[in-house]
Amino acid sequence: MTLIAREPVIVTEQLCKRYIGADFLAVDHLDLAVEAGEIFGLLGPNGAGKTTTAGMLTTRVVPTSGRARVAGVDVLAHPALAKQFLGVVSQSNTLDRQLTVWENLYFHGRLFGIGAAPSRSRADELLERFQLTKWAHASVYALSGGMAQRVMVARSIFHRPAVLFMDEPTAGLDPQSRLALWQILQDLNAEGQTILLSTHYMEEADQLCGRVAIMDHGRILALDTPENLKRSTGVDTIVTLKATGDLDVLSKNLLERVAGATHARLIDQGVELHVAGAEQLLARVITEAEASGSRVQDLSVAEPSLETVFINLTGKELRD
Amino acid sequence: MSHGTHAIDTRHARSTLAASRSALGALLLRDVTVLRKDVKLFVLRTVIQPFLLCFVFLFVFPKIGQSVGAGSGQSAFATVLVAGVVGISIMFQGVQSVALQMSQEFGFTREIEDRVQAPCPIWLVALEKVISGAIQGMVSAAIVLPIAALVHARGVHANIHVHWLVMLTLVPLACVAMGSLGLVLGTSFEPRNIGLMFGFIILPITFLGGTYYQWDRLAPVKIGSWHWLQTVVLVNPLLYVNEGMRAAFTNVAHIHLYVVYPVLVAFCAGFLSLGLRNFRRRVLS
Ligand SMILES: Nc1ncnc2c1ncn2[C@@H]1O[C@H](COP(=O)(O)OP(=O)(O)OP(=O)(O)O)[C@@H](O)[C@H]1O
Ligand SMILES: [Mg+2]
Repeated sequence: MTLIAREPVIVTEQLCKRYIGADFLAVDHLDLAVEAGEIFGLLGPNGAGKTTTAGMLTTRVVPTSGRARVAGVDVLAHPALAKQFLGVVSQSNTLDRQLTVWENLYFHGRLFGIGAAPSRSRADELLERFQLTKWAHASVYALSGGMAQRVMVARSIFHRPAVLFMDEPTAGLDPQSRLALWQILQDLNAEGQTILLSTHYMEEADQLCGRVAIMDHGRILALDTPENLKRSTGVDTIVTLKATGDLDVLSKNLLERVAGATHARLIDQGVELHVAGAEQLLARVITEAEASGSRVQDLSVAEPSLETVFINLTGKELRD
Repeated sequence: MSHGTHAIDTRHARSTLAASRSALGALLLRDVTVLRKDVKLFVLRTVIQPFLLCFVFLFVFPKIGQSVGAGSGQSAFATVLVAGVVGISIMFQGVQSVALQMSQEFGFTREIEDRVQAPCPIWLVALEKVISGAIQGMVSAAIVLPIAALVHARGVHANIHVHWLVMLTLVPLACVAMGSLGLVLGTSFEPRNIGLMFGFIILPITFLGGTYYQWDRLAPVKIGSWHWLQTVVLVNPLLYVNEGMRAAFTNVAHIHLYVVYPVLVAFCAGFLSLGLRNFRRRVLS
């Protein structure tokens, strides 16, 4: 077997986008390299530039400057060629309303130059695989949100794209459909499908992605595996305290007096404290709270999440 | 990383030309499939307007003694109208199959977002809609002509003379021009503004497009020596379609073909470039 030095399946170099009329860069000198076989996550709050980034890579958004290659094809210079290697699942339902579920798949195959007979059998096979066979001849209007999403995923991988782009794939799905979709994506990835996923659900990025780029204001603030990102905060415990009294004083005192506290911030009716390696933590927190004249009503601890990473990086929350 | 089951080799890419050709074929095939699903609806919506026009003007009017077509008689009017009815059907097909569809797909269902991921240049996706609309226009012309020629009161008679060469060239040209008009309208109007489109564009075009009269008959409408109406309606693309249909199907007077052909070609070019530019703007950001 010969090993060929392959370039990453997605490469961007100093990629920028300034929308017409905007006075800021929606994507700001982005350098990205996604390897074949990864599930790569773009995690960021509203307006971070995730959709814009995916849009440039899928030829829908025209970059202002910089370069981007997908599967070795320059998407700016050869958009039509690049599209042979892209699979796209957008946030809204873009299924063809005038076709049945099966026809949606079949004509997608034909659109990508797959012959009639192979398109027919692959449509059958994908419906089977995504447990949609029962719905093959249903109108797409009859589908629930979760099912429509599954059909869109089936359609997007029909032509075996080099990269599957998914923009907020589980936004608006109920928890059960979300879990089902996660399973589908993991299975696809296990077969080698490269996936670029944008999301503002930290659990989604945490659960699914091999590597996550945390984005804000068009820039990547940190990029690593979820474990490394969480470890990089140095925090190992998040204490959430619901209390009455002067919360400003409370948060200040906790930060000063609890050993290992790195970060404290006000939340709804309480304080969130980030702590690194403290002993006897809870007793200490309660003592300090009462010394500050606050009454503790509820206390909980959690491990750091990607949210913690984001707060540490930007001082603000991921979800607003 | 080695993933045998899912190896992608971009060296196996098809040329963009080949990929575009099969994409175009698939898009057309899709439209034919959709059309076949409700072929009845297609026929009905194609037939209804021409039928009503002929019924009212060529059947009811003569029966009740209402006269149209000053002096020259019902049959002469029928001859004029038949060609106009074919022309107007071609236009409505362009509006219906291209403009309404596209406006929906852009604004409402966002299907277009997926379709432009087809492995071809995006202008081809728009052009396919025009081609598909033009084909539907030709089919409707073929359905409508016999109706227009047959629905009339006894004694009224449309003088149909088919000029084959003119018909075989001008009908497709008119269909492409009206499909392109549909592209311009469909990429300009949001679904919620479709009412505006009908009120301010479609209605004036149909009423001032020479469907019910020949262009040279407008000469008496003038201010001083200026034939203002004759001049104003020259901007109307439907006028050339209708006059062209008169040249193709009748022996009555019409705007000279040396004018009709180039003007229709120019409208095609203008509408196509405007429509494709709109389309590109709506799709790319
Ligand atoms: N078509 C557009 N025209 C002008 N500005 C735009 C357009 N699309 C996005 N923007 C702006 O670009 C910035 C990045 O937007 P983008 O949609 O890429 O963010 P996002 O990370 O996908 O956010 P969200 O989580 O809300 O989907 C935002 O400030 C947004 O307002
Ligand atoms: Mg987005």
